[in-house]
Amino acid sequence: MITMDNVTKTFDHTIAVNGVSLNIKAGEIFGLVGPDGAGKTTIIRMLTGILTPTSGELSVLGATNPEKVKHRLGYVPQRFSLYGDLTVMENIRFIGSLYGETTKKINMLATQILDFSKLLPFKDRYAANLSGGMKQKLALAAGLMHRPTLFFLDEPTTGVDPVSRREFWQMLYQLNKDGTTIVVSTPYMDEADLCTKIAFMHNGRLVSCAPPEELRQSYPYKVFELCTPDRNIKTRLGASVILDINSFGEKYHLITANIPNAITEVTDAITTATIPITALNEISPTLEDVFVALASEVN
Amino acid sequence: MNRLKALLIKEFIQMRRDRLTFVMMIVFPILQLLVFGFAINTDVKHLPTIVFDQALSQDSRDFQASLAASGYFDFIYTGNNYQQVTDNLQSGRAKVGIIIPPDFSENIKHGHSSTVQVIVDASDSMTASSAISAAQMVGQLKSQEVLLNRLRGYSGKSFDMPYDVRIRPWYNPDFVSAFYMVPGILGIILTMTMVMITSMAIVREQEHGTLEQLIVTPLKTHELILGKIIPYVFVGYAQATVALLVGILVFDLPIKGSLGLLYGLTSLFIIASLSLGVLISTLSKTQMQAMQMSFFIFLPSILLSGFMFPREAMPLVFNWLGNLLPLTFYLQILRGIILKGVGLSVLWTQVLALIVFISVVLTISIIKFQKKIA
Repeated sequence: MITMDNVTKTFDHTIAVNGVSLNIKAGEIFGLVGPDGAGKTTIIRMLTGILTPTSGELSVLGATNPEKVKHRLGYVPQRFSLYGDLTVMENIRFIGSLYGETTKKINMLATQILDFSKLLPFKDRYAANLSGGMKQKLALAAGLMHRPTLFFLDEPTTGVDPVSRREFWQMLYQLNKDGTTIVVSTPYMDEADLCTKIAFMHNGRLVSCAPPEELRQSYPYKVFELCTPDRNIKTRLGASVILDINSFGEKYHLITANIPNAITEVTDAITTATIPITALNEISPTLEDVFVALASEVN
Repeated sequence: MNRLKALLIKEFIQMRRDRLTFVMMIVFPILQLLVFGFAINTDVKHLPTIVFDQALSQDSRDFQASLAASGYFDFIYTGNNYQQVTDNLQSGRAKVGIIIPPDFSENIKHGHSSTVQVIVDASDSMTASSAISAAQMVGQLKSQEVLLNRLRGYSGKSFDMPYDVRIRPWYNPDFVSAFYMVPGILGIILTMTMVMITSMAIVREQEHGTLEQLIVTPLKTHELILGKIIPYVFVGYAQATVALLVGILVFDLPIKGSLGLLYGLTSLFIIASLSLGVLISTLSKTQMQAMQMSFFIFLPSILLSGFMFPREAMPLVFNWLGNLLPLTFYLQILRGIILKGVGLSVLWTQVLALIVFISVVLTISIIKFQKKIA
């Protein structure tokens, strides 16, 4: 459905995307994951035909120029890009008719899509007066008016409350079940876990590309979750078997080399450092652990 | 076609919602016409004048009466020495100082030339030139009178003037400033609103991020540009109509030529101004930049188009520069149709110039725009 072959995009002196090759198949929910400035938005903009690559080849739905297949693409930009001084319904009609849909078809679809996105009660409200979550739902709804086969969403849930985020993802799953291929970028690891395949981006490069489960299995270390009220754990455990420590409030993820007796090594290290512990368990690595490891490998 | 229609509907809805802008677009021209139509008078009369009459004779009073009768000089100050004349001019209380020498009557009686000094405040050139020509005219008329009387005295016969130049000011016989100003202000108002509105229109879409959404749709560049131009053609027509109505009802502006032709050619000018706005829009990245570039167009439009100053008096380079402005041609069209009543047979060069302007500017805009945001 989408192939990118050694695609590079430079702006003046910065390299936004550096030699990225990837392959997105029909039916996937493909996640572009990475920190801000990783090149996610630039990739989506190139795939939707807003930007032209500096070098490399790309093909979207069989066309090397996305301009030719625009009527089959949907796109929700990172920033709210509909008209605040138009109502929900007017926005949807406007975008729908830009794709050349007939008035009759627009009327039928609009109600259906607004119902799907739970925006029907707000159809006469000005878009400017919607909440962040509803704005994103509206953007999604507007992008669905021409029934695209391939849908791009650029950080659709940034700044959206947790409940709306869940609802939004439920809508994406529903769409995907109905046969739409989805490409979504996100800086959130919990959302990355919801994708069928993830491309991890870092500093414009593609670091790895696999389904979330596979990424976890390929993780070369062991992770222990330590619960402790101690604040100076990092300095206290300084030079030991522990390779890295990521803190999550009172919980710490201790990363160790994948050695058979890791559990005893860690326990020893903690007892020698005389750190009070409330819990210490080996856990399966979260995607966050995986990405921290991958990112440090690149650096 | 459907896409263009959708875009037009959207623009009209947005225009209707933005009431304040809409009201300003209609009220602004009325106010400007009233203010400038009444305030601007290029025929400077009633200049405050100080006179230092050292002769104090029948002849000197007679000469002053003639100057006053011309309507250009109001003798409100009388000086007793040179210093008073200087002070009054220096402070700006008087614009003209007239100094009559003690031997004024003597010289005339003995057939010598009598010198009258007219000092003019030329820091305001328009005032100065009015005063100069009026004073010269009076001087010549008075001289003729004296000479003819002398001739009659010598020969006992009456004489006619050898040359009789008769002036007929056509197209505006009463020199009504408003007749000259109103069409000019109409042109200026259209330039300002049309260029400003469109220059903002596309940049605003870019600033609000909505352009990004438009770019991913199958909307074509020329459709987007047309969608930004067409709605404002109607606004331009509304402004032109309001301005003409004010001209006719308030200033008794005569429309000598065809109203149909006037509207037809007005639409050409509106489109030319809108195209210029679109070009500015494609060149600027923010609304602020668009605004500044628009102002860069306004000042030359006012100064070089022939609205304020006669283009014939400009150095060649500036005369050419004026030819790059659509307002230059539109003013000729307006004054031609409204005051002279001429038609296309006279105005075809101006029409051609506007058409060339529109084609060139729109082509550059479409090429510049490219539907890319990078």
